[in-house]
Amino acid sequence: MSGGLTLPDLAMLLTAMLGGAAALLVVTSRNVVHAALYLVVTLVSVAATFLLLGAEFLAWTQVLVYVGAVVVLILFGLMLTRAPIGPMSQDTDNSRLALAVSGGLFFFLATMILRAFGDTVIELRHTPALALGEVIYLGWTLPFLVLGFFLTAALIGAVVIARAEVGEGPEPDDEAVLAVPGAPVPTDASANPGVTSPTEEVGV
Amino acid sequence: MQATYPLVFAALLFSVGVYGVLSRRNAILVLMSVEMMMAAVTVNLVAFGELAGGRFADALLTGQVFALFVIAIGAAEVGVGLAIVLLLFRNRSSVNIDDADLMKF
Repeated sequence: MSGGLTLPDLAMLLTAMLGGAAALLVVTSRNVVHAALYLVVTLVSVAATFLLLGAEFLAWTQVLVYVGAVVVLILFGLMLTRAPIGPMSQDTDNSRLALAVSGGLFFFLATMILRAFGDTVIELRHTPALALGEVIYLGWTLPFLVLGFFLTAALIGAVVIARAEVGEGPEPDDEAVLAVPGAPVPTDASANPGVTSPTEEVGV
Repeated sequence: MQATYPLVFAALLFSVGVYGVLSRRNAILVLMSVEMMMAAVTVNLVAFGELAGGRFADALLTGQVFALFVIAIGAAEVGVGLAIVLLLFRNRSSVNIDDADLMKF
């Protein structure tokens, strides 16, 4: 620690504390939707770290891709899987072991970082999007195109995996009848069997 | 800027992500923890690129290009992962990862 705290140091400390607190809340929150919203705070603080390090294009990419797309995808996943919205026990039995492993990992990493880079100072440079674009399109053209192909293939694969096959999976109407013997069959669900109404699969 | 601040921040994010992966029961929360670990990796890439950028002129931009690739691959990963979770939910009516033990020895 040479000298006092400069303005980027202060901003980085604030960002790191905010992001770290939000990250801890993501893994300890009992409510899954709250966990997803704390994840937004964590990812925005990562984007702020990129901004402070001068990587402006990366910061806005982080905001667009993660906060804009990935978190929305995760929220849709939470809704589609009808995760228990209320508070419940979300942790497995080995959470003490997990706490020991992750705490030990953090102290190991922090000790190593402080010993190796304790007095190193990063000279901050602004990286304009133009320079990054030149490097990507001139030096990294083939990996960039391969990455685009990979992303296309992965998303098509995701659609193929998630698509409902006809006759696949549990039949919600049958199980609703089995679960409550003698219950009248809901006429609207039996009229169009492809549509699963949200109340019927919950108790299965 | 002190080099330790972003690096320790990344280490904290990674460790919290490891805790989430090991201790959470809901598969979507596990995916979120994996996303945090990838974010930690990108912070490390950018910070080390910035750190080495003074001595090696290419390192600054190379670190950012790699971070960009990691972000894109993370987006693909969360798409495929959520598709698998949805399929698991359709077949087992549960997103508890302890229920997905079909291939467990």
